[in-house]
Amino acid sequence: MQYVMLIYLDSQRWSALSTDERNRVHQDCGAWHEALVKSGHSRNAVGLQPVSTATTLRETNGKTMITDGPFAETKEVLGGFEMLECVNLDEAIAIAKRFPGLRAGCAVELRPHVPGNECKD
Amino acid sequence: MTIEEIHRQHYGRILASLIRVVRDFTLAEDALQEAFAIAVAQWPKKGPPPNPVAWLMTTARNKAIDQIRHRTMAQSKHDDMISLATPGESSPESADTLRLIFTCCHPALAPDAQIALTLHTVCGLTTEEIARAFLVPVPTLAQRLVRAKTKIKLAGIPYEVPADEELSERLSAALHVVYLVFNEGYAASAGAELLRADLCSEAIRLARQLVELLPAEREAAALLALLLLNDARRDTRTDPAGDLVLLEDQDRTRWDRAKIAEGASLVERSLRGGSPGAYAIQAAIAALHAQAPRARDTDWRQIAALYALLAQMHPSPVVELNRAVAIAMADGFEKGLALLNQLDLPGYHRLPAARADLLRRLGKFPEAAAAYREALSLVGNDAERRFLTRRLAEVSAAGT
Repeated sequence: MQYVMLIYLDSQRWSALSTDERNRVHQDCGAWHEALVKSGHSRNAVGLQPVSTATTLRETNGKTMITDGPFAETKEVLGGFEMLECVNLDEAIAIAKRFPGLRAGCAVELRPHVPGNECKD
Repeated sequence: MTIEEIHRQHYGRILASLIRVVRDFTLAEDALQEAFAIAVAQWPKKGPPPNPVAWLMTTARNKAIDQIRHRTMAQSKHDDMISLATPGESSPESADTLRLIFTCCHPALAPDAQIALTLHTVCGLTTEEIARAFLVPVPTLAQRLVRAKTKIKLAGIPYEVPADEELSERLSAALHVVYLVFNEGYAASAGAELLRADLCSEAIRLARQLVELLPAEREAAALLALLLLNDARRDTRTDPAGDLVLLEDQDRTRWDRAKIAEGASLVERSLRGGSPGAYAIQAAIAALHAQAPRARDTDWRQIAALYALLAQMHPSPVVELNRAVAIAMADGFEKGLALLNQLDLPGYHRLPAARADLLRRLGKFPEAAAAYREALSLVGNDAERRFLTRRLAEVSAAGT
């Protein structure tokens, strides 16, 4: 099964870390990801620029509105995601449990993909 | 054996095996229900088959194959057809029951969904029965079950006994579900009383299955012990009017000796080999209460020591409260009162109620009355409110 692991970071807790600590978490996350690529569990991973760089689009009455910033102001913001290939949820949970960002206050959300070949039924 | 008895004893086991073969909760449930419906129609006329459980299993599996044939013959279903078409075993495997319990108690499901799903699939209770027992509307409960089954399927929650390194954590989640089912039944409220007593029996049945399936897991044995020891006292906890009877005032001749004996021997088993778990300590405390011939024979000193051990393992003000009460009974009310005064449990009626009780025993009636009033302002349960009101009247009368 394919899962996307959405990584949310608590911006307050994250900015409270020292540069050294942040670098260490980044490094550990990199090693964690590399290991997943080697074992065939990761299909792709994306890290996102801060929400201050976000642009949001909505359509109202046929008109597209473009605004600066994220679609909702929240304490925890999407920081990136990892695309996982696992046999089941337990394997995905085991991988997510080892994610080094957890100790820096990150929360991760696991969401299964809608399987491509079953969209037809 | 009647069809009802077979349903009662084997429903969960047959379903567990069907789910493994069919890999779909809803499909397995529908097929098994159909098989039981055929049994109800045929057996009274023709007589039951020589092996009713095997017959139900085979009939349900054939129904499931029909269902899958009926659906699209999409490639994705091909694998299911192959595994279904292979002549499978016709008797349920005990490992399947364990798989089913772990899937129903998966932490990725909401706690109330875990409880409902376990009672529905493992115990075979109907949606209506569970809804009545938990005092929720039937559609709410039905929706909860559908949502849980959908999540199992779409999120890929496995139908497996967890790997060794995960087993103890996952087992404690399953044990917690059983514990919650029991508590729901034990905190009996009038009206739904009978059904709620059923929840206690179901919880004991589940705990017993876990002990049989995982004999090396001491906390499973400890939970079964704890449930049996509490259940042994169930009928004496309230008087005919539904009012609360305190442990020290309960009629000990009416306690269920067989349950106490079984519980006590399980406690010994769960305390052997390694440091005890939280259920083992709680069960040991329950055993000390259950085995005291009279209330005043209770070994409060040992109970206080066990609470201290529990507090070390799971620091909690509620455990500290219980420890303070045990110390009061063992070493003097003043000493217990001093410990209670150090606790802070905002909004919890049992703290002022415990203080009130010790003040009453010390003959400090006006202070006791004030503490009872505080407890009354916080209590939620009717039987407890009536009890506290009665005590308040007693100490008020004694104080004047």
